[in-house]
Amino acid sequence: MLHQVSKGGMVEKKVIEVENLVKKYDGVTAVDNASFEVYEGEIFGMVGPNGAGKTTTIECVEGLREKDSGTIRVFSQDISKANQSLKIKIGIQLQESSLPDKIKVREAMEMFSSLYPQTIDWKNLLVKLNLEDKVNSYFRDLSGGQKQRLFIAIALINNPELIFLDELSTGLDPQARHTMWDLIKDIRNEGKTIFMTTHYMEEAELLCDRVAIIERGKIVALDTPQNLIKSLGQEKRLIFSLESEFSVEKLRKIEGITEVEKIGDRIIIHGREDEFIYRVMSILIKERIKFREIKIEQLNLEDVFLALTGKKIRE
Amino acid sequence: MKKFTKVFSVELKLFFRDFTSTFFTLVMPVILLLIFGSIYGNKPSEVFGGLGSIDVSVPAYFSIIIVVAGIMNLPITVVSYREKKILKRFRSTPLSPSVILFAQFLLNIIIGFFGAAVLVILAKLMYGLRFQGNIFNVALAFLLGCASIYSLGFFLASILKTVRSISAVSFILYFPMIFLSGATMPREFLPKGVYRISQILPLTHVVNLLRGIWSGGNWGMFQKEIIILFGIMIVSVVISIRIFRWE
Repeated sequence: MLHQVSKGGMVEKKVIEVENLVKKYDGVTAVDNASFEVYEGEIFGMVGPNGAGKTTTIECVEGLREKDSGTIRVFSQDISKANQSLKIKIGIQLQESSLPDKIKVREAMEMFSSLYPQTIDWKNLLVKLNLEDKVNSYFRDLSGGQKQRLFIAIALINNPELIFLDELSTGLDPQARHTMWDLIKDIRNEGKTIFMTTHYMEEAELLCDRVAIIERGKIVALDTPQNLIKSLGQEKRLIFSLESEFSVEKLRKIEGITEVEKIGDRIIIHGREDEFIYRVMSILIKERIKFREIKIEQLNLEDVFLALTGKKIRE
Repeated sequence: MKKFTKVFSVELKLFFRDFTSTFFTLVMPVILLLIFGSIYGNKPSEVFGGLGSIDVSVPAYFSIIIVVAGIMNLPITVVSYREKKILKRFRSTPLSPSVILFAQFLLNIIIGFFGAAVLVILAKLMYGLRFQGNIFNVALAFLLGCASIYSLGFFLASILKTVRSISAVSFILYFPMIFLSGATMPREFLPKGVYRISQILPLTHVVNLLRGIWSGGNWGMFQKEIIILFGIMIVSVVISIRIFRWE
């Protein structure tokens, strides 16, 4: 029996329920009273800088680490009392893992297939992950990206209902990363639930249906990426360079504009809603003011993190 | 069972793909047999109570196989699987990682028996190896040697965390064990003082037991060896179970 909640008229199944999770290492609190839920069919992301407690949290939920206190239920089953039947329904990609150097891709896939009562055809899986011409390669001869894709293939081999991805795209080049994102979306569209961690804000924003921002073991915000960004006041920045003389004072009176900065010939206009952009443009055109290098910047999760913690995530 | 068979067959392939383990476990004892066999032959001699040099060396070479498997192959593989988080990878599947350890244990025993059989056949064909014991008792003594030394190896894998440290410790233990325990050359040739010191090496007792049982001795004559080997096994296993970590 799954717990069910009504959310906006829709009935959603909770796949993961975490309440007041605490995990300490030698007295240092790695996860501090975290509570969250993951619903069926969503991509739930946990984002935060390295060392924020993401891996500890995900590994507690996976049942690979003992929690100090709190409750974790996966498919309504208490994780500390969970049995092997739970492992059959989940797929796990670990942040750091490896295989013996001289195991062949084929052997790894066959071996992991043999561990589950039901599996999908691993050959198709390798085709999907663009590894089909590596079946006879040794693990040690694969590139970082290929190894990562092999671990994704192993995580999917039992056709799991719930998939854990810990720092999915670390070590992947930008192109491989985009391919991976498309693949993850495809998996979600098949109705599967994904719990992932990342320290790439861009990845969380593009991929996740809901995001928990974690910092120093505490969840400081949890919502859809859009709502989190909206909570900052929907500010946008219109940026351009002037080619002719123009007094920016006129712009300050425009409705919706909160701030106008002038740095040399570079103008940065902060404002709310999209209308201020049209108003600025129409003034520039009416007065025949020449401009170049125009761009509009929207706030992103990076700004949300900065606003919530006063720090940049990469620092 | 299907799971175990698959894991076991992959581990077996990996063993034979690794040059170091194949060479030290299976090839080196054969090389020793050929070198010493060609030097000393297998003529009956007073020193060995009427037996030839090969007759006493072959059961001693069994213990080289046991010590390479138990002190090198087994713990180095286990530590590298832990260090590379391969054991952790298995923890996230329905298979208990203890199955991997058991597969490694069984694999090294089977390879050990295979290596011993190769030695016996070669020694028989080339040097007319004499055998006065009971094959079943020899197999049992071999198994006790494996159980004891492998447990010691597992204990090493429990206390040492990196491949670098376990490799260093394995080599440090390996050399005195094979040269002073009587595994490569009969202890009869050792100076008195060294002979006495060699008593503290666990492998010495494996060599004594195997040589004795091979030449027709009965279990009662080797109570001391049996007690020591069981003791090493029990202490190693009890401590290992308490301190072994999957990651």
